[in-house]
Amino acid sequence: MTATLEKPPVTEAPVKEPRDWRGPALFALVAVIGLVVMPLVLEPFRLGLLAKYLTYAIVALGIGLAWGQGGMLTLGQGVFFGLGGYAMGMHLKLNDAGDGLPDFMVWSGVETLPALWEPFRNPVFAIAMVVVVPGAIAWLLGTLVFRQRVRGAYFAILTQALAAAMVILLVGQQGLTGGTNGLTNFFEFFGQDVAADSTQRGLYFTVAIVLGILFVGAWQLQRSRFGRLLLAVRDGEDRVRFLGYNPATVKTITFTLSAVMAGIAGALFVPIVGIISPALLGVVPSLELVVAVAIGGRFALAGAVLGAILMGYAKTYFSEELPDAWLYLQGALFILVIGLAPKGIIGILGSLRRKKEVAA
Amino acid sequence: MRNAFLRTAVGAGLVLALAACGGEPTESTTGGGAAAGGDTIKVGLLHSLSGTMAISEVTVRDAELLAIEEINAAGGVLGKKLEPVVEDGASDWPTFAEKANKLISQDKVATVFGGWTSASRKAMLPVFERHKALLWYPVQYEGLESSPYIFYTGATTNQQIIPGLDYLKEQGKTKIFLVGSDYVFPRTANKIIKAYAAANGMTILGEEYTPLGHTEYSTLTNKVVQAKPDAVFNTLNGDSNVAFFKQLKSAGVTAESMPVLSVSVAEEEVTGIGVDNIVGHPVAWNYYQTTENAANTKFVAAFKAKYGAAKVTSDPMEAGYNAVYLWAEAVKKAGTTEVEAVKKASGGIALERPEGLVTIDGETQHMYKTARIGIIQPDGLIKEVWNSGEPIKPDPYLKSYPWAGSLAS
Repeated sequence: MTATLEKPPVTEAPVKEPRDWRGPALFALVAVIGLVVMPLVLEPFRLGLLAKYLTYAIVALGIGLAWGQGGMLTLGQGVFFGLGGYAMGMHLKLNDAGDGLPDFMVWSGVETLPALWEPFRNPVFAIAMVVVVPGAIAWLLGTLVFRQRVRGAYFAILTQALAAAMVILLVGQQGLTGGTNGLTNFFEFFGQDVAADSTQRGLYFTVAIVLGILFVGAWQLQRSRFGRLLLAVRDGEDRVRFLGYNPATVKTITFTLSAVMAGIAGALFVPIVGIISPALLGVVPSLELVVAVAIGGRFALAGAVLGAILMGYAKTYFSEELPDAWLYLQGALFILVIGLAPKGIIGILGSLRRKKEVAA
Repeated sequence: MRNAFLRTAVGAGLVLALAACGGEPTESTTGGGAAAGGDTIKVGLLHSLSGTMAISEVTVRDAELLAIEEINAAGGVLGKKLEPVVEDGASDWPTFAEKANKLISQDKVATVFGGWTSASRKAMLPVFERHKALLWYPVQYEGLESSPYIFYTGATTNQQIIPGLDYLKEQGKTKIFLVGSDYVFPRTANKIIKAYAAANGMTILGEEYTPLGHTEYSTLTNKVVQAKPDAVFNTLNGDSNVAFFKQLKSAGVTAESMPVLSVSVAEEEVTGIGVDNIVGHPVAWNYYQTTENAANTKFVAAFKAKYGAAKVTSDPMEAGYNAVYLWAEAVKKAGTTEVEAVKKASGGIALERPEGLVTIDGETQHMYKTARIGIIQPDGLIKEVWNSGEPIKPDPYLKSYPWAGSLAS
């Protein structure tokens, strides 16, 4: 912890930054904890919960990229999470139903399979849609609004409205979407019994590895020229425009990436938790994740991931220990962290670290 | 600390460590758990204690806790006391599934009493079926379901909705307007109502849905009034009823001019709606606080003694209260809390309950229940004006009704 200030002198030619071994080493340590220790220590039920938090962490990573790095406060990530989740849910439902209709269509009075559902029988199509639908919608939305220079609170309100509209749409179309219930009661996940411990364990590894890959990807992106440009757009969009770049393109690409991440998270969430419903993608869950990112620290991708896992964990812990009062406690925790540390937990860690460095 | 990678690593490590520590206490409590052979039997209570459904579900939890207390005072079950483990479903269906899983896998409860909305039941169903664990669901619902791991102590459609329709028909009300919340219960109920109407010469003048929690009813009320129905069949749930009945009253609708038959408004909700707004309208249930028999006198007195004299008792509360007794009876008969043995022993169990005689139908795991139509009185209680005379055999798939042939396919 002492050999930290070995930075190259400023005068030195800007060749390669010296390789910092601490980051990758700690990443490897976390990977070992995540992939080896946790599966050994936790019971299947707890491991399942951790897997659920990791899906939230994937969404949070996208929010960290869009909001923390790009300054786009997106309050509607639930929409993309839901699109990914429903794409996966539809495939699993059709797979379980075989030649018949999914259960909810039977009790909703639907007699023939809607045309929209038919292609989701094909697993390749369904998985493609997990990425394509959220990505395409985010791209379209981004192209439309960023070109019009819609930003700040206007963009936030727009995304929030999208989340609210999505819920109304899903609830109103019970025969097509399962309504308020959403899609649940899945049996098989790509040939495996979805409830079996071995399947759930496999899903935990899958989501942990996907999170790891996406994190490294996002981190590389952040360090790249594009990442610098994104920061510049966040801090001075007009200046970037005067320099000859198109901020709208930069923002659209980033927003699309964050939407794709949310879509992937949604698709993984469905077999892990066993349900996808409008309640999971409306305004409240979308906001909760943004708050989680703020708590973790939005200016670092790691903060976003940390915040989401911490929030998921706190929610489970408080609600199990104090079923009558947990919501108040959770709220108090949020206010405390945001009030005392605007840069979140990562900010606290960072300032502690700096103090130490100064003292040394 | 400039290195983002480092920050992640520290952060993630911290969280994982936290998660590991946090997991432990819960595990250790289950280790010394009761189901295996301590002096208590753990049972789960899973209702919404927060969110939009809390107002209704908390009362059911209270009734279930009362039943557990009474059973314990009388010596418990198989010589062991019952130990309730309470969880909050938070009016959120995936949370219901998660907490059900927690009660089964972590707390190893012998059975769970829980749920209110059909959406919460549908979310919990796969959890109970995969773990082969038991759920006792205490609320009337839309039928067309019969899970081998759920006991339904509330009414199915042929014990509530169909008697309600029979009552309207008897009263000469043949033009009906349907109003409901937008989720599975009202939509499925209305599908059944439409099939009934087609077979019984009734006309449905309109069918309107609003989202759960909706409170703006002027447009909908206008539509209803303009359609001039003889009666309204109301499947709205929760606080929407407050706004709906207020709006109806201010539009000049009275119980005489256009009765609104509700299937989700009980004593508890009448207080919230305001008696003035709903007095004289009919409701359909299997139990009222005023139902006369010795078991009910005792139940109402015990509930008021425990929770306050101003508290009322309602049908879902009574069904939750019954569920605990019926399960305890099945356990006594089976001599074990083991699920398959309890299921096997449950068929034919008959108990005198506050609503009258309740018998478990072993085949469907539904109850034989007496249907009762009541009118809301100025004092907020409900007076029975009609009943089915004897407990009706549960028929969740409406197999005994020729007009319902296409519904259950």
